[in-house]
Amino acid sequence: MRIAACIALLTAMAGAALATEIPLSERRSGYSFMSADTRAMQDEDTANPGMLSVLDGETLWKRKAGTADKACADCHNDARVSMKGVAAHYPAFEKALGKPVDLEGRINVCRTNHQQASPFAYESRDLLALSAYVAQQSRGEPIAAGDDPELAPFVEKGHALFMQRQGQLNLACTNCHDDNWDKKLAGSAITQGQPTGYPLYRLEWQALGSLQRRLRACITGIRAQAYDYGSLELVELELYLMTRARGMPIETPAVRP
Amino acid sequence: MPSALINVPKKAKRGDVIEIKTLMSHIMETGYRHTASGDVVPRDIITSFTCRFNGAEVFRADLYPAIAANPFITFFTTVTESGKFEFEWSGDKGFSETAQASITVE
Amino acid sequence: MVIVRPADATPAMLQTAIRNVVGEANVRTGKVKLDIPPLVENGNTVPMTVSVTSPMTADEYVKSIHVFNEKNPQPNIGNFYLGPRAGRAQVSTRIRLADSQKVTAIARLSDDTFWSATADVVVTLAACTEEAI
Ligand code: HEC
Ligand code: HEC
Repeated sequence: MRIAACIALLTAMAGAALATEIPLSERRSGYSFMSADTRAMQDEDTANPGMLSVLDGETLWKRKAGTADKACADCHNDARVSMKGVAAHYPAFEKALGKPVDLEGRINVCRTNHQQASPFAYESRDLLALSAYVAQQSRGEPIAAGDDPELAPFVEKGHALFMQRQGQLNLACTNCHDDNWDKKLAGSAITQGQPTGYPLYRLEWQALGSLQRRLRACITGIRAQAYDYGSLELVELELYLMTRARGMPIETPAVRP
Repeated sequence: MPSALINVPKKAKRGDVIEIKTLMSHIMETGYRHTASGDVVPRDIITSFTCRFNGAEVFRADLYPAIAANPFITFFTTVTESGKFEFEWSGDKGFSETAQASITVE
Repeated sequence: MVIVRPADATPAMLQTAIRNVVGEANVRTGKVKLDIPPLVENGNTVPMTVSVTSPMTADEYVKSIHVFNEKNPQPNIGNFYLGPRAGRAQVSTRIRLADSQKVTAIARLSDDTFWSATADVVVTLAACTEEAI
């Protein structure tokens, strides 16, 4: 039934006009497409299940780990000060690696280099909790990723991936999120695909999930092979999405249907 | 490492009716799902929630698999004196968690 | 990979679950208000509030509130026990609805009469964007 809905959509989109980027004044968070009930869940911290992970993250922030026997707090002190605005600049260029890393990747760099512990697995409870805690310190801060000139070629690659048709449905991200964001797909809003709330609590998942998880879901949805967690392609897509969302406030931990 | 979020006003006047909001992290696995190989994913839910004030029960709930993951429960109570609310969640696989919140009544 | 096997509670199961709570008593409509969105974006997390008209005094109060559904594998959703000191007979929670269906809330008052309210909920399916995990 879901497949049928996708095929119907594909047919409807076959004649869609050439993609155009969404102007700043028309950028809308997924929040604005949600029902009042789902918005209320995000608006109030004690009603927002994403805040449970933020709490876990706060505990982990203070917990010593690795051969270095250091906690994040030992080096970064109070996250409310040291991590304010940080997530709004991610993915960022990581000199030592010669490529961009997203916030989860950056936390794992600290985990391996500074704590001398094994990196957290992608989508593990601990990595989600720490990234939610760090990103929540940027709530309300405008997204400002992609300034570093070293990032230019990676933003370009991310943009190309966003425009590229793929999968059995032969659709590109842009076909849904630039051209058809005002439409509905099998009853739910398509939206502009803005990355403002991650990691976020998705009702469908009944759990917190990362932007990479969300992107993999969209890629699987068009019947294409999803890139692996942590792959450069996903980071490039995240980077492009963040530059495309410049100026929009961070909402972490957001709630989405 | 389950977390709970409790919202109880810090202060109230004697006789006030206050709202209490609670959110507990738990997957609430229904026991009605199957893996691709056909095995049942065993039920793992919170079955009971209790709130006591200064030792006396003021609210209790029986929960079933139809309660959403990370149970959110809100209810009301009349405050008569300063004291401590104690919250307790228990369920399958020996799950048992508690949380507390104090209130000052003027 | 987890797949969901649809298995609905039958009307008989629902009736039995309700009888387990009310016994032979007559259930009347009224006094109970069931607030639940008529159209929900995802059946996994549906906000719901039940409130009962009652003075909530020592001799006239709500003892308990019981919520049932028609089509989940099990008819019970939750039982909530209050008492006169609740001050206000109102509880909220978030529930799962496997499909569009009716939800019924029944309140037991201090005089052991039972009152109910029923609401219809339409659950829109999630789009084609994610398979079960
Ligand atoms: C031993 C000290 C140390 C520990 C422990 C440590 N970090 Fe770091 N962290 C650093 C340093 C130094 C930097 C600056 C970049 C660099 O040189 O690696 C940094 C950078 C970061 C950044 C990027 C900041 C920015 O402005 O871009 C984040 C996010 C971060 N750390 C998170 C964490 C988290 C989460 C933990 C715990 C899991 C942690 N760090 C543990 C030393 C540490
Ligand atoms: C067939 C249409 C379709 C295609 C193609 C598609 N998506 Fe989506 N996408 C959706 C729908 C539907 C949702 C869920 C509703 C929403 O949040 O936008 C979604 C959600 C998202 C979100 C989450 C937005 C939020 O508010 O949290 C992001 C980010 C996203 N998509 C990015 C992408 C990227 C990147 C691609 C290409 C790899 C892509 N999508 C391809 C339909 C599509």
